[in-house]
Amino acid sequence: MRDAAIEVDGLTKRFGALLAVDRVSFEVAPGTVFGLLGPNGAGKTTCIRILTTILRPDGGTARILGLDVVGDARAVRHHIGLAGQYAAVDPNLTGRENLELMGRLAQLRPRDYRPRAEELLAGFELTGAAGRPVRQYSGGMRRRLDVAAALVARPPVLFLDEPTTGLDPRSRNELWALIRRLVAEGTTVLLTTQYLEEADRLTDRIAVIDHGRVIVDDTAAALKARLGTTVIELTVDEAEAQRCEAVLAATVGPCVEREGATLRLRSGDGPQLLIAALHALDGAGVAVSGLAVREPSLDDVFLHLTGGAPAVMAGAAG
Amino acid sequence: MTAVAARPVPPRRFAAGRDALSIAGRNLIALRRVPRLLVFSTVQPLVFVLLFRYVFAGVGQMALPAGQHYVDYLMPGVFVQVAVFGAMNTAVGLATDCQTGLLERFRSLPMARSAVLAGRTLADLARNVFVVALMAGIGFLVGFRTHLGAVAFLAGMGLVLLFGFAMSWIFAAVALAVGDPETAQAASFPVMAPLVFASSAFIPVGTMPGWLQGFARHQPVSVTASAVRALILGGPTATYVWQALAWFAVIVAVFAPLGAWRYRHLQGP
Repeated sequence: MRDAAIEVDGLTKRFGALLAVDRVSFEVAPGTVFGLLGPNGAGKTTCIRILTTILRPDGGTARILGLDVVGDARAVRHHIGLAGQYAAVDPNLTGRENLELMGRLAQLRPRDYRPRAEELLAGFELTGAAGRPVRQYSGGMRRRLDVAAALVARPPVLFLDEPTTGLDPRSRNELWALIRRLVAEGTTVLLTTQYLEEADRLTDRIAVIDHGRVIVDDTAAALKARLGTTVIELTVDEAEAQRCEAVLAATVGPCVEREGATLRLRSGDGPQLLIAALHALDGAGVAVSGLAVREPSLDDVFLHLTGGAPAVMAGAAG
Repeated sequence: MTAVAARPVPPRRFAAGRDALSIAGRNLIALRRVPRLLVFSTVQPLVFVLLFRYVFAGVGQMALPAGQHYVDYLMPGVFVQVAVFGAMNTAVGLATDCQTGLLERFRSLPMARSAVLAGRTLADLARNVFVVALMAGIGFLVGFRTHLGAVAFLAGMGLVLLFGFAMSWIFAAVALAVGDPETAQAASFPVMAPLVFASSAFIPVGTMPGWLQGFARHQPVSVTASAVRALILGGPTATYVWQALAWFAVIVAVFAPLGAWRYRHLQGP
């Protein structure tokens, strides 16, 4: 018996001069969802490619169910499923043929993979399109087939690389429900995402990754508590912004950030804070020209944790 | 905490062969679904047959000894050329899989490491059977005749297919080295052109400048064309056939491990 389904220790990968993954360590408990959250080019996909035995690490170790991804690569492949931005389905095969091919290549027997393929086609609402070549599928259908292909062999550990990128909201919600169902049945899931909302809704634990490094590894709830659940942005006259910041800092507390003419407040209690802030500004005789109330985004996470914008927004390569 | 344990992995017999056939089947389905892949790869050699048979035949005939028909000289060369051009499909197909990310998925599956390359070259072998048979049919229509009977002719065709299979491994290695179909096609041409044209495929080597004759006479396309001609038209057979088989063995021995090594160390789509 082991404690962790996925154990990553000091994982490092270089591409020439670029340090894509820099001493990354984390553990994923069995039957939980772990989220790797970060912008494009942060090293999320490289981590997944190492964990799924596609790439060899330059340093550190990673184990899946106790099996080393380098030394026991073949055995690891029997226990994992991979879907996402770089894993693909064959456009010339039908949906059914794709799933059956995955079953055959996963060394299953026809009597196992045939009914499993039908079950997955039905579960992903692809039965009607099962006989059509995938090149005729819409983007959403293709993505659903891609996830289905990862599930043919019922892998106990599932890797989803940005699974909802490019999905419409309905398909995205369905995929989220499916992931929850798989986890309830005991599957361990590691997913990458650029969306804090997704990580928050789905994951038990989140590692925020930037420039190949884990900058925070915590539960979703704890991360959220640090950030607050609501972000309020107030736009005021540029000339008055500094005075407003002082007014707000004095009345609603130290949770104020200023960026040009925009004042940003975060809180676990949005409505209360909003009333207090508007009240204070009104009392100081300031006209508020713009107002936005929203959930924290990945940008907010980065602003909060690193004090800077994510790498990609600072102009680094994606 | 839930108990997690790796499942035992049952060994399966002939897994490598089965996986290669699964991949080959998948590649052949693509030919059936996208027939233009096959149509265009047959149109091109067809144009060559017509061009050389009717436009360049007068020139070609002058280079031949009296009594030999140019069309009989030409067709074995066309068969070999078809095999080389067919191998370029190996490059384009494999590079496409590389670019779309399908190879990424295959590499995360518990399948034989050899299967993607073996399946691709086997599928292209099957495809070549069709294209070479079609070219033979067209050859007979434009006046080509065998001189030594059906068995020798089929042996010659077998040699052509083996040559195509060997060439597929060269282009598989090229495809994995470059990683995208456009570059794979562009990179294949400089490999393919000197092999096909600086050879005895269309014109006897004796017509070429002296410095080129050494290469042109001994390179694999010429040796294979000569072996096929000997099998179909008569002449000293054994030397050419052995030389051709030796070339195939060398090509596969060099490029199969090279391709397999590239496959294992692919850095990304």
